[in-house]
Amino acid sequence: MISQLSPGERRGALVLSCLVGCAGLAMAILGRDDPLGGQGAVVMAFALACAGTVSHGYFTPAPSPASRAAYYDDPTRAGIVLAMIWAVVAMAVGDWVAWLLVAPDLTFDAGWSSFGRLRPVHTSGVIFGFGGNALIATSFYVVQRTSRARLPDQLSPWFVLIGYNLFCVLAATGYLMGITQSKEYAEPEWYADIWLVIVWVTYLLLYLRTLARRKEPHIYVSNWYFLAFILVVAVLHIVNNLAVPVSWGHAKSYSAFSGVQDAMTEWWYGHNAVAFFLTSGFLGMLYYFMPKRAGRPVFSYRLSIISFWGITFMYMWAGSHHLHYTALPQWVQTLGMTFSLMLLVPSWASATNALLTLNGAWHKVRDDATLRFMMTAAVFYGLTTFEGSFMAIRPVNSLSHYTDWTIGHVHAGALGWVALITFGAFYSIVPQLWGRRAMHSARLVEVHYWLAIAGTVVYVISMWNSGIVQGLMWRTYNDSGTLAYSFVDSLVAMHPYYTLRAIGGFMFLAGTAVGAWNIWKTMQAEAPVAALDLVDAPIHPDLQPAE
Amino acid sequence: MAVEERDPHSGYLTTGHEWNGIKELNTPVPRPVYVFLLLTALFAVVYWVLMPAWPVGRTYTKGLLGVDQRTAVTSLLRDAAADRAAWTKRIETADFAEIQADPALMQTVRDTGRTLFGDNCAACHGREAQGGRGFPTLTSQSWLWGGDPADIAETIRVGINSSHKDTRTSQMPAFGRDKLLDRQQIEAVIAYVRSLSQATASQGGTAPPIEAGREVFAGNCAPCHGEDAKGIGAGAPDLTDSFWLYGGDADSLYRTLMHGRQGHMPTWEGRLTLADRRILALYLTDMRRSTP
Repeated sequence: MISQLSPGERRGALVLSCLVGCAGLAMAILGRDDPLGGQGAVVMAFALACAGTVSHGYFTPAPSPASRAAYYDDPTRAGIVLAMIWAVVAMAVGDWVAWLLVAPDLTFDAGWSSFGRLRPVHTSGVIFGFGGNALIATSFYVVQRTSRARLPDQLSPWFVLIGYNLFCVLAATGYLMGITQSKEYAEPEWYADIWLVIVWVTYLLLYLRTLARRKEPHIYVSNWYFLAFILVVAVLHIVNNLAVPVSWGHAKSYSAFSGVQDAMTEWWYGHNAVAFFLTSGFLGMLYYFMPKRAGRPVFSYRLSIISFWGITFMYMWAGSHHLHYTALPQWVQTLGMTFSLMLLVPSWASATNALLTLNGAWHKVRDDATLRFMMTAAVFYGLTTFEGSFMAIRPVNSLSHYTDWTIGHVHAGALGWVALITFGAFYSIVPQLWGRRAMHSARLVEVHYWLAIAGTVVYVISMWNSGIVQGLMWRTYNDSGTLAYSFVDSLVAMHPYYTLRAIGGFMFLAGTAVGAWNIWKTMQAEAPVAALDLVDAPIHPDLQPAE
Repeated sequence: MAVEERDPHSGYLTTGHEWNGIKELNTPVPRPVYVFLLLTALFAVVYWVLMPAWPVGRTYTKGLLGVDQRTAVTSLLRDAAADRAAWTKRIETADFAEIQADPALMQTVRDTGRTLFGDNCAACHGREAQGGRGFPTLTSQSWLWGGDPADIAETIRVGINSSHKDTRTSQMPAFGRDKLLDRQQIEAVIAYVRSLSQATASQGGTAPPIEAGREVFAGNCAPCHGEDAKGIGAGAPDLTDSFWLYGGDADSLYRTLMHGRQGHMPTWEGRLTLADRRILALYLTDMRRSTP
């Protein structure tokens, strides 16, 4: 991995590692009486590992100019491995958390394993660890091939990938130490947030620089989506995390917003994280890997345009539907609800565009589990966006809000859409990236598919039931006009559904483990196949970097 | 550069572009997309006209229906309170005995009390009011502060060792830690106390430590627990029955005597209404009656 870096880049990597290590040292010293000190130690250990890796390959021969004529896929390979590691770990934590709700004693009386600390490890681990790494890895892969241009340098993609994973590690370890700013999906504290800004801006610049080098006259749809994902996530992250730390030596900070403004900022962020992280980015993935795998042209270019701008424009307004019937002024709720309803049309247009792309290739969907992963993902995308718009309607929301229905909805999207499209993309490119003809075992891809589908269905249906039962119990009155059930009564009623959900989650986790094993075995396989580069159109010769 | 081709399967032309083998058809946007875009937009516009919707300077468009969620919820709450007033008034003002004699009203007490208890009391006293170590069972006949509805209502109102100015106060001194009794005396009094509630105690009723314990008891414990150890009704429990707040085994009693005890029950005045507190008092009395 270091051997592909030019001598100057190796120097740069070493300097960066040292700078990060110094920052970690400063955190450890300034925060010695605070959990921040522990985070400083994590940063130092991380930087040390990076410096060690760079030093280890520092004096390997400089890469040949010829190697610059191929796409640069090392960061993509590393990103896929990291994504699968995060997937297995974070889904395992998720299932643990699910069992905690069945049997609360499973914390084993430790502070770090309490529900409140483990739950964000699960959510950040799957969304940012698994999803984020998958997006970075596939976006590097797609932007190069659809632009017929190599990434502009070798250092910045590694900086983005490794730096991003440092953020994820800080987040997860911080939660276990009890650090959180208590904003859902934005729990990491100020120092991790600042670091992510640096990484993310580098990512944006890297993406723009690659696009600027493109030899194709037009920018492919996937790149619109990836670019929207990168750009908007930067804006969301910066605004929602505006905060003032207690001091340089404290992990704790106070938000720049207060009261209902803070709530609105948080859900503007939260809902657009769903929109631009979990939707736009993965639509970018879908628009490349699905037509590629199916061998069919995209159904309609015009439909892609309508849905892209529809989604990009309308999602921005929808966040306030998370705050129906709260202190938020009603007019803001009205806007959130109506835009959520209009949003359904471009969302379904995207799903339709994906499914109609499969016309002429449905026999492949039947035979090829990889393509079936992607097809099913598009179906779940359609189902979830319909459900989302439905739940944004105020009277519906009065039943569904604060119940497990929301959890079911999120997992229909996260498992059925985000994870399935990612697995489809990974199974498409892993053999090529490691120089094999096919995955180690096609049967195991099938096994993974059915475990994932069964797990998702069990999970989602149990949470629908649970959520609706919960919502109804909370609003049922007796003849005297007082509540018929106590909160504990509703928990007792949830118990069987919680058990079912944990079983469904376990099935999904088992599928992911099978997938990770299969990918691992594919990487290990003997005798790489030569000349696999022919799978892709070559980099345009005019675009050789001046060496 | 752009060379449009006809896709043999769908019959549509491509846009003529290609990215690493991926092409796009130039298929027109299906009509339903426009129809639904229009319909949802239309719905939105109508909704905006009827409901509070768009900010205008320092105010916002109020909507033709004049709906306001704060007014709506306030009037709903007022109506609900008015509906309930028919019986809450009686619960607040009538004698406990009079309420207990009214089967219809007691049914309301049972319905409402169950939820009130579940949401406010069950966390400490248990879902079935069975209690636990340090939290008394509320289904027994043993009440530290009196088991009449009026006594219970007062305990709920002021709490025990709480922040309320009229709080009920009780403390079991730390006889051991504060060196009021030595170890031998403590062990003796434990033997004596245990013999009171266990008619067939293995040591028999006259073994020497028990006799010694009787003396210790008379000199140190009787002021609160009474000469006969049956309690005197001010938070000092009856030691002759089978109910133990912190455990009646020798080990627990040793801890109690060594370190003392000071239980805590919060005040509910200000958190629950008068009617709610009276309902809970009646509910617990009623539950005890139906528990053998």
